[in-house]
Parts: sequence; structure tokens; C-alpha cells
Amino acid sequence: MHEYSIVASLIDRVQQEAAAHGGSRVHRLHVKIGELSGVELDLLKTAFDTFRERTICEGAELLIDTVAACWACPSCKRPVVRGAILRCDTCGRPARMVEGDEIILERIEMEAPDV
Amino acid sequence: MCETCGCGDPEIVPIEVQERILSDNDAQAAHNRSHFSGLGLLSINLMGSPGAGKTAVLEATAKAAGNRLRLGAVSGDLATDRDADRLNASGIVSSTITTGSACHLDARLVHRALHDFPSHDRDIFFIENVGNLVCPAIYDLGQAANVVALSVTEGEDKPLKYPVMFQKADLVLLTKIDLIPHLDFDLAAVEDGLSRVMPEASMLKVSAKTGEGIDAWLQWLEKRRPARVEHAAEGHGHPHSHGKHHEHH
Repeated sequence: MHEYSIVASLIDRVQQEAAAHGGSRVHRLHVKIGELSGVELDLLKTAFDTFRERTICEGAELLIDTVAACWACPSCKRPVVRGAILRCDTCGRPARMVEGDEIILERIEMEAPDV
Repeated sequence: MCETCGCGDPEIVPIEVQERILSDNDAQAAHNRSHFSGLGLLSINLMGSPGAGKTAVLEATAKAAGNRLRLGAVSGDLATDRDADRLNASGIVSSTITTGSACHLDARLVHRALHDFPSHDRDIFFIENVGNLVCPAIYDLGQAANVVALSVTEGEDKPLKYPVMFQKADLVLLTKIDLIPHLDFDLAAVEDGLSRVMPEASMLKVSAKTGEGIDAWLQWLEKRRPARVEHAAEGHGHPHSHGKHHEHH
């Protein structure tokens, strides 16, 4: 259940941004979560609903943009078929993850008269 | 003005952040990494299920290394000091990080343990994570390499079921191989699973009980040890780029 500690970090980060911008109420948070990030989306939502109470995120909406895992050859850029061996058919090089492990806070929508 | 939902509320503004949510942990991990590099030691984050044999492998490692290597370890444990007690008895200078209900170690916990650690004169420093194939994979601790212990009794499908953990591994230690004759164990299925989740799949087969494979594991570790560096006789001799003052013991 590391989703709780991720949400705790998320709310801390939002509080820092709110302090920096003179923000008060947060309306929406946009986060990007990769398929291979190890974050379970339902648990993340539950954790957020629990922890946002009595914080600057109280009543805020969590919008999650999910990213599918994608691997490709670092040399010839050929993508690896989903579920296949992570090695390029052509060059034999180990594949590299192109995307899919993101745990990113993208954007905060908040009431911030100073901005 | 709010441009997302069109509510027209003039006071709602978008603030672009585009940062990892765990950036605080990442910064602390980078700081730990500078501790390890300042001390000239190899740091290993050893992960795996409860009962995968992490502590037993370290005991066997200490036995095989004898006086050649000075080993240290911190063990993440929910409630007891048992692992650290076992490791100390085997000759590895060890302490416990009691995590309470937390299912993983994070960089801050490791940092605190480093400052309280009884000896900094080590060649290899193991961070024995909490037994768990999910949560520990998310947190960078500042280690040089991730090693995952997978025991033959856990089933061949674990790499495919826990891809995040195995994708982060630099090495998989297949443990308890002395039990294979008693099981219907399909080694090829484990190797196939690993090749689909771990880009540079690398596995060593070991038995802590018989000592089989432990020499190869020691060689793997030796190969990754950093060249010995001169470091300050006092303190850790590493820069504190975070600008926060804290005591070095």
C-alpha cells in the first residue's frame, strides 16, 4: 500500500506550490501514471479521497492520465510487441523502456489570485 | 481563468509542475548515493518476497567471504530485530530499520539508518528491504544495484506477475535451488518470464544451505565494487548539496 505514501508526497508537493503561488483552494490535480510504475490506480484514488480531507486538496478532483508501457530497441527504435521478449529481433540489443513508468504531477488547478 | 472545464471562474489558474511525485525521495536517494560513493562501498538493495531467503543468502555470503570483505547491512523489518540479529551473528555488521506497518523502505529511512550505523568502514553494504514483491520497487534508496531474491518454491510465474519488481532488478538470485529435486520446478519457464519483463535478464542460481552458486554471486558483487577512494578521516567526506545541516556521527 505504497499508494498512501505517494498521496502524502503528492499533497505535500501541492502545498508547496500553493504556498509559492499564494494559492488557496485546489480544484483539480492532473497526474500521469504509467502502467509499469507500480501504482495501482484504484488504491491511489482511495488514498487520495482519504488523505485530501482537511488539507488544501479537500474537495479537489484527481484526474489520472494513464500511460501504457512501451519498449523499443535503443538502436533501430523498433518497438517490442507487448508481452514479447525484451530484446530487439533485428539488432539483438536489450530493449529500453520508452514510457510507462511515470508517477508525475503534471498540473494543479487552484484559486491563486497572485498568479 | 479556468480553461479546462470552461466554468469561467477567473480565480482558478493552472500551475504547471511536471515533476515526479516522489521527487523528495529521489533527492534523498541521490544524497544517500553520495554517502555510499564517499565511503567507497558497493550498496545493494536486496528485495524479494517474505521468506524468499534474503537473510539466508546474506548469511551464506558472509560465510563464503570470510575475512576478505567487510560486510554491512540494514534490514527493514516490520516488527522485530531478528534479521539483523542473524546477520550480526554471521559476521555482517547490521542494524534494523523498524518500519512498523510500512511495507517498504524509502530513502529517508535508509539515510537515518546510515547516520546511526555502527561502522562506516565496509566494502559492501546491503539494504535488505521489507519482504514484499510490490512496494519496495518504487523507491530509489541510493543503491548501486537492485537484486531480487526469488525462491524456487514461489512458483515460476512470479516474474510475469510482478513485472515492476523484476524490471528494476539488475540481478535475480534464484534461491533454495537445493529443493529443486523435490519440486516440479520449470527453470526454463522462470528464464522465459524474466526475459519478457527484465531487459537485461540476468540470474544466478544459489543455495544458502549447500553454498552452491554463492561464489558466483560473490564474484558478481566484487566486479561491481568501486575503486577504493581516499575519503576524509573524519565524518563521511561527502558534500551536502541539499544545504541542510545535520550531524554526522
